[in-house]
Amino acid sequence: MPKQSAAQTIGPYFAICLTPEIWGMEGIASNTLRRSDTPGEHIRIEGRVLDGEGVAVSDALIEIWQANAAGRYRHPEDDREELALDEGFTGFGRCRTDADGAFSFETVKPGRVPGQGNRLQAPHVSLIVQARGMLSHAFTRFYFSDEEAANEEDAVLASVEAARRPTLIAARSETPDGIVYRLDIVLQGDEETVFFDA
Amino acid sequence: MDEKLYTARDWNLHPPYLHEPYKSTVLRSPRKALVPLPETLSELTGPVYGHDALKAGDDDLTMNARLNGEPLGERIIVTGRVLDENDRPVPGTLVEVWQANAAGRYHHPVEQHDAPLDPNFHGAGRVVTDAEGRYRFTTIRPGEYPWPNHDKAFRPAHIHFSLFGPSFITRLVTQMYFPGDPLLPIDPIFLGIPDEEARERLISKFSLAETVHDWALGYEFDIVLRGRKATPREA
Repeated sequence: MPKQSAAQTIGPYFAICLTPEIWGMEGIASNTLRRSDTPGEHIRIEGRVLDGEGVAVSDALIEIWQANAAGRYRHPEDDREELALDEGFTGFGRCRTDADGAFSFETVKPGRVPGQGNRLQAPHVSLIVQARGMLSHAFTRFYFSDEEAANEEDAVLASVEAARRPTLIAARSETPDGIVYRLDIVLQGDEETVFFDA
Repeated sequence: MDEKLYTARDWNLHPPYLHEPYKSTVLRSPRKALVPLPETLSELTGPVYGHDALKAGDDDLTMNARLNGEPLGERIIVTGRVLDENDRPVPGTLVEVWQANAAGRYHHPVEQHDAPLDPNFHGAGRVVTDAEGRYRFTTIRPGEYPWPNHDKAFRPAHIHFSLFGPSFITRLVTQMYFPGDPLLPIDPIFLGIPDEEARERLISKFSLAETVHDWALGYEFDIVLRGRKATPREA
């Protein structure tokens, strides 16, 4: 049987293909996942990517994957027909970090989806983090700070040692521009983000 | 505990985050142990992009950015199959590719290497695999180029590949290399792969069968994604 092809770094130049907006081109996805009429709470998810010395990582690619507000993924594996999909909402977004290491996504807050044993998970988005200097991609998740009760009973959060859980929980704030959830991704060090062996 | 459907990421084959000869890994490598993640719908689903994600010409990098003529360099055809670990084809999956031009220059503002840009070459393409998992695109053979990692550091010629596969956890970003490249045995990124055979599998093979008479040399490059261990759950 064939073996898994090995990963290699995304390198510094992926934007020409994966986030080509600055060349006036369209990629398959951008950092705007929702339309003005997409159901659910409209939110912005933002943060910075930092290296082991706290320096901005200005050439990272952040990809997010999430359910819609009803808690349904647009994918054949999620066959819960009773939950509507939303036209124009794929649940996938891409953002290249800027000179300050900053990324942001305009999206909707995802609904709860089932986890193991059909227990509901707390609302979350799944992320893949890549950059020059990362030979393999890294998986993490963003949870939401105002979902305290749901977070408390989430099996994945519970599997993470309590001291490191805050690296997975984005802080909600209400700004003149709308609702923002903010969380930095720290690649290394004391505040290192929890990355998963997914 | 539910049985996992997918095989794990094989860390005997994938490069570790820290590989000191590749200097940028030193401060960008997670050091704490990865936390095991169960397979939930969040992992078993993933972005679905098929033929509707493609535009005409996406599979021909020699055509898709022309301003006033043909791009310079050696025209090549790159083709292969996307398979899973059970040797089954992965059909209908998006393959995104990007690369330097023939002179070894990327069409990117961060790239400051003193080599010419080609006004007729951007260096990005997309294809979707067919029912047999096969993809095929036409491009220009990319040049080698210097990078600041160490004295006289040059990257071997390569094409970047990005794939999703059937779920979020089958995602793979890798690079395709060319046979006989003298830079491969000294490239810290290539050598970051811990297994020699796994390294060899990232080197494409020259293919006379895929070569088109009077037009372009052919290279074959198969890609293997994580597979499902057992039969999928069927109703």
